[in-house]
Amino acid sequence: MNWLIAILQTALFVALAPLLAGFMKFCKCRLQNRRAPSLLQPYRDLLKLTRKQPVISEDASWLFCAAPYIIFTAMVLAASVVPFIAVDLPTSAEADVIVLVGFFAFARFFLALAGLDIGTAFGGMGSSREMTISSLAEPAMLMAVFTLTMTASTTNLSGAIEHVLNEGLILRPSFVFALFALLLVAVAETGRIPVDNPTTHLELTMIHEAMILEYSGRHLALIEWASQLKFMLYGVLISNIFFPWGIAESFGLSALGYGLLVISGKLILLCIFLAFAETAVAKMRLFRVQEYLGFAYLLGLLGMLSHIILESTR
Amino acid sequence: MILFLAYSAILLSFASGGVAIAHLYKPEVNKQLVFWLLGASGLMAIFAGLGELIYPEIRLDTLSLGLPWIPWHVHFDSLSAFFFLIIGIAVFAVSLYAPHYTHHEQKDAEGFAVLSLFTGLFVAGMMLVLLADDAFMFMIAWELMSVASYFLVAFQHENAANRRAAFLYLLMAEVGALLIILAFGVVASFADGFTFDALRASTIPTSWMSIAFVLALMGFGMKAGLVPIHVWLPEAHPVAPSHISALMSGVMLKVALYGLIRFCFDLLPEVHWQWGVVLLIVGTISALSGILYAMMQQNLKRLLAYSSVENIGIIVMVLGLSMIFLANDHEELAVLALLAALFHAFNHALFKNLLFLGAGMIHHQTHELNIDMLGGLIKRMPKTSVIFLVGCMSISSLPLFNGFVSEWLAFQTALQVDVLDNGVLRSLIPVSAAALALTAALAAACFVKVFGLIFLGVPRSRHAEKAKEIEDKGMLAAPAMLAFLCFFFGIFPSSILHLIDNVAKQLLGSTLPPQSSLSLFEIAPVAMQHASYSAPLILIGAAIAAGVCFWLLTRNSETTMRIAPTWDCGFGGLTPRMQYTSSAFTMPLRRIFSAAFLIDEKVEKTMRDDTKLNVADVRYTLHIQDHCWVRVYQPIERGVNVVAKQVGRIQTGNIRTYLGYSLATLILLLWVVSL
Repeated sequence: MNWLIAILQTALFVALAPLLAGFMKFCKCRLQNRRAPSLLQPYRDLLKLTRKQPVISEDASWLFCAAPYIIFTAMVLAASVVPFIAVDLPTSAEADVIVLVGFFAFARFFLALAGLDIGTAFGGMGSSREMTISSLAEPAMLMAVFTLTMTASTTNLSGAIEHVLNEGLILRPSFVFALFALLLVAVAETGRIPVDNPTTHLELTMIHEAMILEYSGRHLALIEWASQLKFMLYGVLISNIFFPWGIAESFGLSALGYGLLVISGKLILLCIFLAFAETAVAKMRLFRVQEYLGFAYLLGLLGMLSHIILESTR
Repeated sequence: MILFLAYSAILLSFASGGVAIAHLYKPEVNKQLVFWLLGASGLMAIFAGLGELIYPEIRLDTLSLGLPWIPWHVHFDSLSAFFFLIIGIAVFAVSLYAPHYTHHEQKDAEGFAVLSLFTGLFVAGMMLVLLADDAFMFMIAWELMSVASYFLVAFQHENAANRRAAFLYLLMAEVGALLIILAFGVVASFADGFTFDALRASTIPTSWMSIAFVLALMGFGMKAGLVPIHVWLPEAHPVAPSHISALMSGVMLKVALYGLIRFCFDLLPEVHWQWGVVLLIVGTISALSGILYAMMQQNLKRLLAYSSVENIGIIVMVLGLSMIFLANDHEELAVLALLAALFHAFNHALFKNLLFLGAGMIHHQTHELNIDMLGGLIKRMPKTSVIFLVGCMSISSLPLFNGFVSEWLAFQTALQVDVLDNGVLRSLIPVSAAALALTAALAAACFVKVFGLIFLGVPRSRHAEKAKEIEDKGMLAAPAMLAFLCFFFGIFPSSILHLIDNVAKQLLGSTLPPQSSLSLFEIAPVAMQHASYSAPLILIGAAIAAGVCFWLLTRNSETTMRIAPTWDCGFGGLTPRMQYTSSAFTMPLRRIFSAAFLIDEKVEKTMRDDTKLNVADVRYTLHIQDHCWVRVYQPIERGVNVVAKQVGRIQTGNIRTYLGYSLATLILLLWVVSL
């Protein structure tokens, strides 16, 4: 029974990811005085792509065709680990937050390889930049996450969330630092302004788009869906770790329904906040990104130190 | 029985060297026997290691070898057995790989005899180090290992650069050996005798113990390749034949780690947390600078050598954690850290061996080790590429592979700092954990570069374009076996962790925390509710998810793939030279971490006319140097030269002066004796 709920939750997570991307687009359009496309537009795009014939370069190898499936699978696995509607599901015991970071690394590894596979300059450029940014973002993320896991004394996400729930509302300075660090990392890792711009195809600025330039058809659909999943994963992670109230602790139908409503509300608020931030901030130069991520790392470190100095019971 | 297996492993590797010599004088001796014996030696070592690890017991013996009144004391416990297992697997893989790989060398009977003789001696030396139970035997075996490997590094001595690298290696190996002798000497001067039992029983003041620790750290660190005494590694590894560099990097560095563990955790009567901090800091620096330098290399084997520096750094760092926990009376967490360190040593032996053998395969087929001259090999060498990919994924510590599990264990250990009382330690350890995270992420970037530039894209040279798949079965089977092991221990890590737990039980007298569980499907090193990792379930989940989405998406037969030329932006004429190169790929990281390197970057432009707008020709040169060379070694070299010049003044070349010196020395000695 628990396994069934876990699988259904994962399926729901995967199914809702394009909707969140659509909503994010909607918020941005409204803020910029544009007419927004329908919220279902991402679904239509994905469906259209799966019906098209993929075109593969003659220089491509099997890795190029396998990479979208691997990337998508890694993201689905990540979605199965993150508590979305309910905590204490059996899937959350199979992997902890370090493994979650590992799933992201797995997907990125293959995405970067796929970028290099065709042998064009664009792909190499994208791969090089992606690996650079992510290798700076990953320690910052782990630093923020370690602050949480040390407070909860578990790296299991479910366990950490339950710990925060049981503690009640306490303003912890370490959590404030970690929250901002994780927000900065999330923006960098999901390829959004000010680090990357998902809507551009300008060679000077693009990172994510440069790697997937050669993809088409169902391969492109999988990669797009995977990046929407990644965006939602970070959103759920941030909202459920720092503001876990409302998440279902039992598996009754009403508790689950309430949990779904609450997480939707949290994600909507987060999206509006991000849309404001993206509209207000300009994209930065590539060689400013290390300062940005260095700042995120510093925030994570401050969170860790304030946990050790201020909050520790010893 | 198990000791007998260990002895036969050593004798078989000696015999393998002996057969090579016999073949030189009696060509009717089958030279393939060399590899058969080496393989049998590897198998025996695996059996001996596994036998001891499964039935842990301290086995003692004395051999009446060496000097008549000092027999060799032999001691085979779980720690030795664990490293025996590592050596066994590596030697067995090499014995499968070498027959075809060395077929050029086999044409030259003398060269082949030299290569095989010293390979046999080298392997036997490493195994003897693990068996030693007294400082004499330890040092003799250690020197056998060092000197034999010197001849292997110097094997292709026609090239002056190779001779230089081999000399550097010998120099550092001997300085390291001197330091180890001194370390043993310091402890032995407080003990009666040189046997390890006597050393363990010594009552040694803390200050002298710390001196012994520092000497041992420098001595073993020189062999293991800790920064800043790592410089021989990137010089010597590319020079040796690939299967030898696989043994050196995969196994010999581990033997040095064995020495460090044996000395610090076993021989010294107690450990201090300050030593742990030293190991933690040295390890962190080694890990970070190792991977940063690895990233900038263009020569594949040089890159792998620097990556060994990184991995040894990680292991030493986790050993430092173990020491800190042990000194603070948290034995269970010390066991956890030791588990992580030994498991990472094991994993590094597997995947580094695999990658060096892979580098040998690439070199064998293309005669090229420069990453910038390769490309597109995934289509030309499909089997090699899959094997190499597994190695790259393991070393980048991606989930489902073995490298991830050991790194995960390391993180779990580091996150236990809350039990410590010391505030400095509690803030230092998380920072080093973050450095470990940075290292892991950089390693992934580095090996994306390696695999992407060598195997993907379009060939950048004619050699790469003409490359063919390896046909010899043994040469493919050896790395394939290692790749399988990387995957197997990534999915079922508990199979080996149970054995390592036995090592910890013998060495530290404690096991993992009581709530921990190491079952086939799940590992939870501290407690189930604290953290757990279940690779088999993840693998099943991944298979289902990928299978379902593949089935759903490829059902429609109208959407079969269409092959078309690469889009060239409408300009035409895509060439392989337009691809990203090694230095282009790492440019952003080079710029961000520019303080870590000594970069000499030059762009020379020649103009067609004076307007400075019409460029005819651009020449770009990039030279990256290790800080250590300029800051540490060159001053030492200059100092040695200056001293040598001063000493040289007394050399007049006149025989009367020298007789005078002799007389003066004699009188001086007589005076000393008469005192």
